[in-house]
Amino acid sequence: MQATSVRSFSQSVAAAPQPRKPFTAAAAPGRRSVAVSAGLSTQKDNPFAEELKATAKYIAQRGRGILASDESNATTGKRLESVGVENTEDNRRDWRQLLYTAPGLGQYISGAIMFEETLYQKARDGTQFVDVLKGQGIVPGIKVDTGLQVLPGTDGETATQGLDNLGARCEAYYKQGARFAKWRAVLKISEGAGPSSQAILENAHGLARYAQIAQANGLVPIVEPEVTLGPGSYSIEETAYWSERVYSCVMRMLNEYDVMLEGILLKPNMCLPGLDAPPASPAEVAKYTVRTMLRTIPAAVPGIHFLSGGMSEEESTLNLQALQEACPNAPWSLTFSYGRALQSSTLKTWAGREENWDKAQQILLALAKANSEAQLGQFKGPHPVPGGGRILQALRTGGAGK
Amino acid sequence: MAQSLEETARQLARPGGGLLASDESTGTIGKRLEKALGEGANTEDNRRAYRELFYTAPIGEAGISGAIMFKETLYQSAADGTPFTQCLLRQGVLPGIKVDEGLVPLEGCPGETSTRGLDTLAAACKEYAAAGARFTKWRAALKVGGEAGLPSERCIEFNAAQLAEQAAICQAAGLVPIVEPELLIDGDHDQAAFAAASERVISRCVAHLWQKNVLLEACLLKPQMIIPGADYTRPRPSPDEVAEQTLRVMRRVVPAAIPGIMFLSGGQTEEEATVNLNRINQLAQEQGRAPWSLSFSFGRSLQASVLKLWSEDGSEGRQASKDACRAMAAALARANGLAVQGRYQGPHPSITLAQGSLRESFRGWRTDV
Repeated sequence: MQATSVRSFSQSVAAAPQPRKPFTAAAAPGRRSVAVSAGLSTQKDNPFAEELKATAKYIAQRGRGILASDESNATTGKRLESVGVENTEDNRRDWRQLLYTAPGLGQYISGAIMFEETLYQKARDGTQFVDVLKGQGIVPGIKVDTGLQVLPGTDGETATQGLDNLGARCEAYYKQGARFAKWRAVLKISEGAGPSSQAILENAHGLARYAQIAQANGLVPIVEPEVTLGPGSYSIEETAYWSERVYSCVMRMLNEYDVMLEGILLKPNMCLPGLDAPPASPAEVAKYTVRTMLRTIPAAVPGIHFLSGGMSEEESTLNLQALQEACPNAPWSLTFSYGRALQSSTLKTWAGREENWDKAQQILLALAKANSEAQLGQFKGPHPVPGGGRILQALRTGGAGK
Repeated sequence: MAQSLEETARQLARPGGGLLASDESTGTIGKRLEKALGEGANTEDNRRAYRELFYTAPIGEAGISGAIMFKETLYQSAADGTPFTQCLLRQGVLPGIKVDEGLVPLEGCPGETSTRGLDTLAAACKEYAAAGARFTKWRAALKVGGEAGLPSERCIEFNAAQLAEQAAICQAAGLVPIVEPELLIDGDHDQAAFAAASERVISRCVAHLWQKNVLLEACLLKPQMIIPGADYTRPRPSPDEVAEQTLRVMRRVVPAAIPGIMFLSGGQTEEEATVNLNRINQLAQEQGRAPWSLSFSFGRSLQASVLKLWSEDGSEGRQASKDACRAMAAALARANGLAVQGRYQGPHPSITLAQGSLRESFRGWRTDV
């Protein structure tokens, strides 16, 4: 209530108590982060802003994709052991050296995601792996999450760990030469039910917070909300529906945390029916996947790098090709970030044997080339590894980044 | 032949097409008519005659794909008895209808508003669809800047939720909703502040559309271009700057599935609006990554010169002929149809440039509730 009295102006200014405006909770100004004044980006305040945009644009360029080689030591161990190779540090290093030194790999691959151990490893001749990659024109990236944890009270749904101390770790990785990061969140569809709202919220929040921290430290965040391919006979429409729910929540959270969309990459799943449902054709996969992307991912994101999940090597290529046909004027790059779909046959061919080294590298190059062509909508076949079955792996929890 | 909602939305947002916003409420249009024709000019027949100038002008071939009408107008006819909906449909222009019932102050948020009309919307849509309407428009208005740093969180959340709710209801009734979160030109904020506010508001609207399962492929957005406030004292940004900022904001917050972004003109001059729209489209063509139509839903920018011609002191000091008025309506439409293609070249047909901004302070507030 304002006090009214007859005073001279100077008296009023000097002595009048400031009238208190009635407090209305509804209009209470929240304290907004400084970054909000710059809109959905920390451009004005982030010295890395231009570099982030340039890196994301480079990685997302047409005709190229990402090699996902960031399996933890435990997971890598399982793979090596499956071809009779012991899980030692040297063997893990040899395996990644085989991948990164494949001659001309950089024609098809624009970025490679590494596990922490690998980021600091050297090739046999003493060259740092980051330098091997840079020499190939491949941007080094780093997995920064430390694994999945089961959410209590849910049916095996998970949250992703790794936010503690993330800023300092990102700073160190940047110093070592990494220029992008990756964090994998996993959502699952069970028979008759999609991911719970708790799981969606928790994973979207984790992704957004990670992305914010990564950008603040100069790393382009790959945001990976994987709606994982699992058992059940749920339809492709159900997958598309739940993928939309998940991605829209992720986008809302990225906005809430002022993540600069021009400086991120998305790594989503393609829309596939459940493992026990009849498989979908590439055209069907493309139709639902493209629709989901058009509905949820703004054009500011430069690249959408699909994960291969359990798809076979051939399936991964054919589906990628179909995406280009379904969306010829896509506002973002529709490309790949493939792990198993580039490594599975490569590993089997090598099997730890020196004499198979070159042959294994040739398989990797052939697979990378096929996917590069598919990204351009120019894959004609035949596929270097036709007719493979699904390459499934169990969901591993409690890894704590090892 | 029944057309799907998505097809209707695509038709409204077709290349080279845009919307005539002629849905001014009785009060708003009344003030303009009285200014043009003198006191007492706000009669039903004058309102009818005024709208007839547009709907019987060859606006369809000039690029108009849809015309938004006020409730009264939807049921009116030309002097020869042809219903307005027919006048429009026969030249390929889809009739649309304003479905909100004006702004009211938002409880607890001084200076801010919400929009009325949700309670009766479903029933109203049914009627309008039967009368031939094919799409709807609902306007929220949000003020930017000032001491309190508007728009407030509550205002954004409230209006975004309303916009999504009305969109869902309209789609259920078979009508394509135009979602209009207008950030007002009032104020002295700069372009960057306006961009930030637009991102906050539009992204929230989209979030609510997602949550309410609104079919984005059958929805159109009607935002303001990214420009500074009307009272911003520094030099106005060039069309290049408007284009760059506008495209950046739209790319960040508008899903590609929405077929058309139909910019409002909200207080820009007729020429400003056309030139900016033209540059936006040229830049989009140069850069790519603009998956929606970048078009218009203009009211004043398509009408002001027509009204001036029709005024008592129009051309040559008296009311111009109907033909002259129709020709102006078509010329204004054509200029903007070309701008959507990035092919507009001056001079602009407008005759109101001397008057500057077409901003008005009357905002359609309902004070009777």
